[in-house]
Amino acid sequence: MENLGNLLDGFGHVLTPMNLLIALLGVTIGTAVGVLPGIGPAMTVALLLPVAYGMGPTSALIMFCGIFYGGMYGGSTTSILLNTPGESSSVVTAIEGNKMAKAGRAAQALATAAIGSFVAGTIATLLLVLVAPPVVKFAVSLGSPEYLAVMLLAFVAVTAVLGASRVRGFASLLLGLIIGVIGVDQTGQQRLTFGIPQLIDGIDVVVVAVGIFAMGEALWIAAHLRRKSGEVIPVGQPWMGREDWKRSWKPWLRGTAFGFPFGAVPAGGAEIPTFLSYITEKKLSKHKAEFGKGAIEGVAGPEAANNASAAGTLVPMLALGLPTNATAAVMLAAFEQFGIQPGPLLFEQESTLVWTLIASLFIGNLLLLVLNLPLAPAWARLLRIPRPYLYAGIIFFASMGAYAVNAQPFDLFLLLALGLLGFGMRRFGLPILPLIVGIILGPRAELHGRRALQLSGGELHGLIGGWVSWVIYAAIAVVLLWPLIGRFVVRPLRGRLVTG
Amino acid sequence: MTILVGYVPSPLGEAALHAAIEQARFRNEPVLVVNTSRGDAYADPRLAQEADLERVTRELVAAGVPHDVRQLMRGRDTAEEIVEICEAEDVSLVVIGIRHRTPVGKLIMGSSAQEILLRVPCPVLAVKAG
Repeated sequence: MENLGNLLDGFGHVLTPMNLLIALLGVTIGTAVGVLPGIGPAMTVALLLPVAYGMGPTSALIMFCGIFYGGMYGGSTTSILLNTPGESSSVVTAIEGNKMAKAGRAAQALATAAIGSFVAGTIATLLLVLVAPPVVKFAVSLGSPEYLAVMLLAFVAVTAVLGASRVRGFASLLLGLIIGVIGVDQTGQQRLTFGIPQLIDGIDVVVVAVGIFAMGEALWIAAHLRRKSGEVIPVGQPWMGREDWKRSWKPWLRGTAFGFPFGAVPAGGAEIPTFLSYITEKKLSKHKAEFGKGAIEGVAGPEAANNASAAGTLVPMLALGLPTNATAAVMLAAFEQFGIQPGPLLFEQESTLVWTLIASLFIGNLLLLVLNLPLAPAWARLLRIPRPYLYAGIIFFASMGAYAVNAQPFDLFLLLALGLLGFGMRRFGLPILPLIVGIILGPRAELHGRRALQLSGGELHGLIGGWVSWVIYAAIAVVLLWPLIGRFVVRPLRGRLVTG
Repeated sequence: MTILVGYVPSPLGEAALHAAIEQARFRNEPVLVVNTSRGDAYADPRLAQEADLERVTRELVAAGVPHDVRQLMRGRDTAEEIVEICEAEDVSLVVIGIRHRTPVGKLIMGSSAQEILLRVPCPVLAVKAG
């Protein structure tokens, strides 16, 4: 009941004109970037980090969460009307959604996506309220060795589970860790500063995030701008008939059940649960023949899943300070910018901030429904903006933001260098997420590693700690050895089952 | 000699197409339908889709006018493309659809119609949507 009281207090703080306005601003920007392919919430939050400096932590984080949730809504509009996913989490939506639109059922597809997102977002945010405090309670009891283990698990999970290639994942993680150690370490030694005085304080996370996300993406688009325009399928007001409701509500709930836990574990993300939800709906549907031709279940389930996973992501982010996707990583950078230490103590030390933030999620979700349901066709008009204008604007904003952080020209060179790095990573298929997680978590993993060693007087067994870390290290081993386990254990077993 | 018509999938474009067919019959010349897009936006409502082009072809066939339909997407403005075709080929008349524009809209986005009217070497027939 204490949490309920806190949440109500949070609502009290959100329902001020200023905070409501900021929430509206956040969800509007979020929907816009969600609609536009190639521009995601992570890039947007990175671009707005310098702006957030002047806003105060509560306002800034309300805005960022609005952008995060909004991106999940907007992505579906593009998937359905243009057959180009606006976000990676809406890839699956395009399969059935665009088919529905082509069959003249775009209005229903948009409606089930928006209402499903709202239902899933609300349920999942409620789950966040229920789940986060017990996680915090447990996490507070953990010591440095356990934290080190959790962070190592996060590294391994984002690197080895997501993405096509482990080698590329680890390469990307290594790049992130290297960028993360630049500067003066905890003993006062300079690392990788190459005698450049500006590097002594380390590279500002804003510059890294803006460079990798915004600059890198803009250069990448500029390098191969395809001369190709699609057709936006015209649509009126989104609406659903009785039959559509009947076919949608179960997929919404199942999608939520898939999305939330996957968002909450490291390396879950939104892509896997949306895909799982699609497969499940296909299996359970009474209208199997419609799949592949525009089945409403195939839109309802995945859209619910991606919104639920967005809420799930906030559990480890707020309770442990652990980012499980790129947007959460950049948001954690914002916390650090404001001098707020993310981690289990956040709920205690910044109780008002956290509960205001959670309350703002409910408000933001409602605003998004209002903003998206009647206005989906209007959002689709954003797709008519010529990309060169869009990316020129992004580069301008990125440079301004990077310069504004410390007002030194050096940061602009750094921005360009990191932009080229981001471009190179896209060119060679290196995932971005491990890099950004490495930068954000690397220094903190180091801190906990050092603390653990200090506590044990330099003995290596101090790094292991109690049973919690044993469990986590076992999980890491399983993740790392999974391909071998798959080959030598699972496959022979399956073979025996078939032959026996 | 050819009659060039700048086509867009809208009432404006249809009006231009009909005017061009009328002129073609009157002058006994073939029609060249041109539809262009810079192709740098995710969606361009002025880019004719497959179905639009089929309908255009059907109308031209029904009218019994010799014709050619060209779609260009090379990252250049409509006016540039049409002026270039006029200079390279034997075009006797350009038919375009025009609509009212606000001064601010014209200032920001420019006007393809104005560019074409002023730059092509041959006469231009400007029609409004019926």
